[in-house]
Amino acid sequence: MTLVLLAAPLLTGWVRKVKARLLRRRGPPLLQPYRDLLRLFGKEAVLAENASWLFRTAPYLIFAFTWVAAALVPSFATGLMFSWTGDLIAIIALLGAARFLLALAGLDIGTGFGGIGASREVMIAALAEPAMLMIVVTLALIAGATQLSTIATFMLSGVQGLRVSLALALVAFVIVALAENARIPVDNPATHLELTMVHEAMVLEYSARHLAMIELAAALKLLLTCALLICIFFPFGMANAGDAARGYALGLLAYGGKLALVGAILAVFETAIAKMRVFRVPGLLGAALMLSLLGLLLLYISRGF
Amino acid sequence: MIPAALCVAALAALGLFGAAAARLPAGRWGVYGASLGLSVVLMLAGIDALAAPPSGLTLPLGVPWIGVHLRLDALAGFFLVVVNLGAGGASLYALGYGQHEKMPERVLPFFPVFLAGMNLVVLADDAFTFLFAWELMSVSSFALVIAHHRESGTMFAGYVYLLMASLSALLLLLAFALLAGPEGHYAFALMRARAVTPGMAGAVLLLALLGAGAKAGLIPLHAWLPLAHPAAPSHVSALMSGVMTKVAVYGFIRIVFDLLDGKLTGPPAWWGAVGVLALGGVTAVGGILYALMESDLKRLLAYSTVENIGIIFIGLGLAMAFRATNFPAGAALALTAALFHVFNHAVMKSLLFFGAGAVITATGARDMEQLGGLIHRLPQTSFAFLIGAAAISALPPLNGFVSEWLTFQAILLRPDMPQWGLKIMIPTDGALLALAAALAASCFVKAFGITFLGRPRSAPAAAAHEVDRFSRAAMLGFAALCLLAGVLPGVLIDRLSPVVSVLLGARLPAQSTVPWLSIIPVAASRSSYNGLLIFAFLTAATLLTVFVIHRFAARTLRRAPAWDCGFPDASPAMQYSGASLSEPLRRVFGTTLFQARTVVTLPPPGDTGPARIVKSRRDPIWDFLYAPVGQAVSRVADVMNHLQFLTIRRYLAFVFIALVTLLLALALWQ
Repeated sequence: MTLVLLAAPLLTGWVRKVKARLLRRRGPPLLQPYRDLLRLFGKEAVLAENASWLFRTAPYLIFAFTWVAAALVPSFATGLMFSWTGDLIAIIALLGAARFLLALAGLDIGTGFGGIGASREVMIAALAEPAMLMIVVTLALIAGATQLSTIATFMLSGVQGLRVSLALALVAFVIVALAENARIPVDNPATHLELTMVHEAMVLEYSARHLAMIELAAALKLLLTCALLICIFFPFGMANAGDAARGYALGLLAYGGKLALVGAILAVFETAIAKMRVFRVPGLLGAALMLSLLGLLLLYISRGF
Repeated sequence: MIPAALCVAALAALGLFGAAAARLPAGRWGVYGASLGLSVVLMLAGIDALAAPPSGLTLPLGVPWIGVHLRLDALAGFFLVVVNLGAGGASLYALGYGQHEKMPERVLPFFPVFLAGMNLVVLADDAFTFLFAWELMSVSSFALVIAHHRESGTMFAGYVYLLMASLSALLLLLAFALLAGPEGHYAFALMRARAVTPGMAGAVLLLALLGAGAKAGLIPLHAWLPLAHPAAPSHVSALMSGVMTKVAVYGFIRIVFDLLDGKLTGPPAWWGAVGVLALGGVTAVGGILYALMESDLKRLLAYSTVENIGIIFIGLGLAMAFRATNFPAGAALALTAALFHVFNHAVMKSLLFFGAGAVITATGARDMEQLGGLIHRLPQTSFAFLIGAAAISALPPLNGFVSEWLTFQAILLRPDMPQWGLKIMIPTDGALLALAAALAASCFVKAFGITFLGRPRSAPAAAAHEVDRFSRAAMLGFAALCLLAGVLPGVLIDRLSPVVSVLLGARLPAQSTVPWLSIIPVAASRSSYNGLLIFAFLTAATLLTVFVIHRFAARTLRRAPAWDCGFPDASPAMQYSGASLSEPLRRVFGTTLFQARTVVTLPPPGDTGPARIVKSRRDPIWDFLYAPVGQAVSRVADVMNHLQFLTIRRYLAFVFIALVTLLLALALWQ
């Protein structure tokens, strides 16, 4: 649990760095996100006059929901101590709870921008969440479980081979992951241009430690999504529950390497394409939903796909 | 059994007291206090019946050669708990809420009778008693719906409700007639012992689905529900939405899983399950889409009831599908999920309607566009409403998540069904369920966010006051129940196992033996969920973070005007409204489904007149189903109207022709 917490800002910093290098800028140092967080923690919080208790507690709750969800994803070894506490569906629902609170926090002050952000966020969520659940269902049917450890062990064993439905699920997962983490082409994490914000618009009224908690939660969510991608689709190199220390060290190394690779790919992808108009996003997410449903139906029609 | 029957009789008698003492304050205290006490007794009787063998009672009342048969078995016991939990909560709430009632004489006599009717449906053990109680429930709730008959729309709502309730009773009457057969076996025990042909079983299933579905609010028979539920006083809305729809679900389960259990004729055909699954899926997504378009808080909640009924019917459809394909363990999981959702929805929806009632008491407004900022004025109500909204959006660690999670586990259970209809329908329902859950979260962001957050949009909203302590106790109690059922679902699942095993001959593995109070529907390596640990982790993580930050980082706080990107707007009218919040989803889903259109008229340059934006949408089900039927009926009525002004000779001629036709028909028949 602490590992994911400590590593999360590093991944964010890494993606920013690679993006900057691709644009031939030098970019901020890798550790910049940590410095930002520390600075925010130390500042005096400014709260809007009509902010309610919900607005003040939401950052901590959002962070807690994301953290617990992140802690349920196996990182470098299968068989976590508490992995039976919740399965993949519970992880998605925990993230959903965090988003529910964030959208409410956006509405709390009663400003135009908070409303814009919340409104767009619920639209994106309403399409991304079912797609994500369909992906889970596809995986669950292939692996015979929704328990993440079991899925990872199953994928690790290589029994499943190459499957059409898995490929469809992977494409859908990537689209959903981009939407969930407010990345280009759905949202731009670096913008404060009024009409294009989604995530940033909701957190506009936050400052200091509250903002830091939300930023940390966002970084955690990015790490969680990457870890989920790795754990489900590319679990090789993962240590098993009974392995010796060497196995764990190798697993950790592989995990770090894979995360760096996924982060680099994300940066390349974000540099290469432009942000979409808000009302083209439903088309993109609808495609993800249909792809995942198609993968699922293929599985029902024949176990071979 | 006998105490339960006495309680029901006492509730019915309480109606007379309500009628006599309606005008006095003692009337309110007496009626609601006594209802609360009787509900508690009936609920305890229900809890007892879950574990006990069935007990019956035959009373020499009603039709002479049938009598009144009552029976309390595990299924009836579970629904007795659901009904009386909701009834007790509503009575407690009404102890405070009822004092704002302008015309108590139109509410107090009917409220206990309504409760008696619902309890009697659950206890009935013959078709006559069942239908009598069903009609008692409908008629008394109709009287409650039109309690505020001077408000616009109320009489129309009552009219539509009465029509649909009659339709539902008629269909159920036909279903029971088919089950009873030509010999007239009206007692349920005789119906169980009677073998029906597959064709007959299909007809009964269809009639029960439509008859109970019309009362529960399955699309396309839901039209009365968003009209009638909001029109009633809020504690009655809570009962109608939270409890009466569940009584309809009970009727469906009783007929399909008990009376038609197929022990004599072999397992029922699988295609019946496809129909139930299809209707359930459409209802789940359709209901929540309607809710999203709504800006009236109580109508939004009523449409959300439609959605949840869809989720329950998805579970029931899965149970039927698994039963038809000889997979009792799967059927047990699906039925447990459905029953769990019945319980959850009764709690959540009652809570939300209580909250809506509190908002109406405090501000006098039901339209969300008039509200806002109530979190400052009604802190406890808003907290309880937030818990209810999160629970109904299926967010962990609350109870709504557990039942939807179980439904998902049931969907995942068996991909290799031989029947093509089920092969396509089950994953499609999975997708629809996922979509409904996600849309529900959006819908309740709107319901809570617009009503309770932001700045007040009207003067009454700005001056609102927290409601009385009885209402708050009812709301906070139900909110605690939402959390408790979400954190300790295993306890409830174990309580449900006798119900499921009586109906299906199979049950889920006992959850009380699982370490750490997890729930495991099939096997530990397959899926497990532990609400208690999730809740503990969440609490620990939150407290730890708050402590660390306040101890080692800054804790100073300053209040300042809102930043809003440098454009703070003075007027609360500039906030996002409910309609603007759901505008993206309206554009995505509503453009084709609801023919949602937005027309913007800008004045030409130089003209100082205001620009206008006109939004319109149509209800396709009303347009294509209800409106044509209504028009046809009125056209026929117009034609028939001429018959009213004929001479006596013509009337006599008509009588003569009718007599001859009937005699001819009789002669041909034999």
